[in-house]
Amino acid sequence: MTAPVIEFRGVALTYPGPPPVEALKPCELTVEQGDFVSVTGPSGSGKSTFLNIAGLLDAPTAGTYLLDGIDIGTLREQERTALRGRRIGFVFQSFHLLPHRSARENVLLAMVYNGIPRAERDRRAREALIRVGLGHRVDAPPTRLSGGERQRVAIARALVARPALLLCDEPTGNLDTGNAATVLRLLRELNDDGMTIVVITHDPEVAACGRRTVAIRDGVLTERFVRDGAVTERSA
Amino acid sequence: MQPSRLHPRDLLSEALAGMLQRPARSALTALGTVLGVGTFVAVLGLTATTSSQIDARFNALTATEVTLQDIAREQNEFAGPAFPADADRRIEQLGGVRHAGVYWPVRLAPGTVVRSAPVGDGGGEPVDVTAASPGVLEAAVPTLAQGRLYDEYATRTAQPVAVIGEGAAARLGITTLETRPAVFIGDQPFTVTGIIADTERKADLLMSVVVPRTTAERIWGEPEAGAASMLIATDLGAARQIAHEAPTALRPDHPEYVKAVPPPDPRTLRSGVGGDLDQLFLLLAGICLAIGAVGIANTTLVAVLERTAEIGLRRALGARRRHVSAQFLAESGALGALGGLVGTSLGTVTVVCVAVARDWTPVVHPATVAAAPVIGLVTGVVAGLYPAWRASGIQPVEALRR
Repeated sequence: MTAPVIEFRGVALTYPGPPPVEALKPCELTVEQGDFVSVTGPSGSGKSTFLNIAGLLDAPTAGTYLLDGIDIGTLREQERTALRGRRIGFVFQSFHLLPHRSARENVLLAMVYNGIPRAERDRRAREALIRVGLGHRVDAPPTRLSGGERQRVAIARALVARPALLLCDEPTGNLDTGNAATVLRLLRELNDDGMTIVVITHDPEVAACGRRTVAIRDGVLTERFVRDGAVTERSA
Repeated sequence: MQPSRLHPRDLLSEALAGMLQRPARSALTALGTVLGVGTFVAVLGLTATTSSQIDARFNALTATEVTLQDIAREQNEFAGPAFPADADRRIEQLGGVRHAGVYWPVRLAPGTVVRSAPVGDGGGEPVDVTAASPGVLEAAVPTLAQGRLYDEYATRTAQPVAVIGEGAAARLGITTLETRPAVFIGDQPFTVTGIIADTERKADLLMSVVVPRTTAERIWGEPEAGAASMLIATDLGAARQIAHEAPTALRPDHPEYVKAVPPPDPRTLRSGVGGDLDQLFLLLAGICLAIGAVGIANTTLVAVLERTAEIGLRRALGARRRHVSAQFLAESGALGALGGLVGTSLGTVTVVCVAVARDWTPVVHPATVAAAPVIGLVTGVVAGLYPAWRASGIQPVEALRR
């Protein structure tokens, strides 16, 4: 049995005050390989804090976080950066594509810092774009792509370095219903292929896509189990 | 886990892409460096060009001129004149000599006047009389207004002839040779054979009445001790050698009676050039560069703020702080280097254009051309230091917030 992709053991984040703000109260969470977890909650609940910790953008002030079995607390800053670049693929609400570069070049960017040989990069970028259904728009600039296509380029960029975890922050927040559905379908497909996905959203429809749903409210993380149609909640 | 890497080639292509994202802005940003480096190259180039022109003028005349002085009396108080009667012939036999001749100013007895008529006071203004062998006249490279120079025959037979400069002719009231004018020095009449309009050497001939050496000796006697000199016009490059040989050729018995004055070494001349004006222009170039650096710093800082999201994204994709700063440093450095290259080209073109307009030979030292783009690069890198530092401090968390 391989190690879980994400393992939170009493992870918490308190911003030093005054007054100190408990953005995330101590919580337990395990995301196994191949899981599709939705993290929901109203704005200001601590979702972003969860994303930052899970995405290695911020370090927890308490507890232990194991990513792929690696204890983050023991790593130095530069190792965390490298781990972030190689094991985590980010998908953002506002895509964060570079406007002056083609879809392919945007995907290539994800391989610049990870020590992937130059000769391999172009092939992998094309493969990733084909995987998200954009094989015909490889050289299009983001400005000539629809919102859904842009988000799919962003997903291709997140996938191309072959991460252990796809971390999506409101991936459909800027999309209309049709495009949102396409992107969600793509995420489901990726998950069916074995990709571990964590989606952070406030949209119940998006949350419903996940196999598991975790709710955050006032910094408290709660897992909902949907079992036999009955919803039970358990504080983590 | 291996730390994130950024291959130099990737760094370069990322920097280039960043620069080309906004070509118009990049061009305007580089303008300061273009001006600074351009001024730098133009100033140094024009300085080199003009100073080499001054040298060329020195070279053309001075470098082919050797003067011999009679110092026989200083060496031996019983010695006679240092220059033998056949001095011209002895020197002209040396390789590389074009013309050579002995001359001295004739010291007239007090009250002796030079005039153009046998009676009268001659206008009152004194006119110099110079005794010179024909070689002197030729070595001076004269332009004749009228008539001709006297020749070897006139010297050998000590003819009473004279060549006068245009200035002297004007003082004496001689305007044409049609009337076969004569010049009276004291009571001695001399037929004027030619009027010299201009000379390249020994401009004092223009204010003189020049008579053959032998004639002067016959009438006024030998020159005073130390008064006689010898003018030698040489081929280019032969002067120093001739200065070395001439005393021995003239006086194999007493070479020390003759002192040779070779032309100045052009290398010592060149080092003397480089005045305050050049330093002022270089200061201006430095100010241009400083302004250019501020421009680059400002634009790069604005770019950093504009591209906060991009920086956050790069950090999320595994870029380390140093990768982010390296990228912005590379961008500003490339901008500076590009400005430096364009400035170098423009500066060189300026030098060439000025040189063509003035009919000069353009001279730009290779070191200047090599150093200029480097100066641009250094300017760009220095200007990028602060923005790069700011960029590396951007937290991905904040940058990625929508």
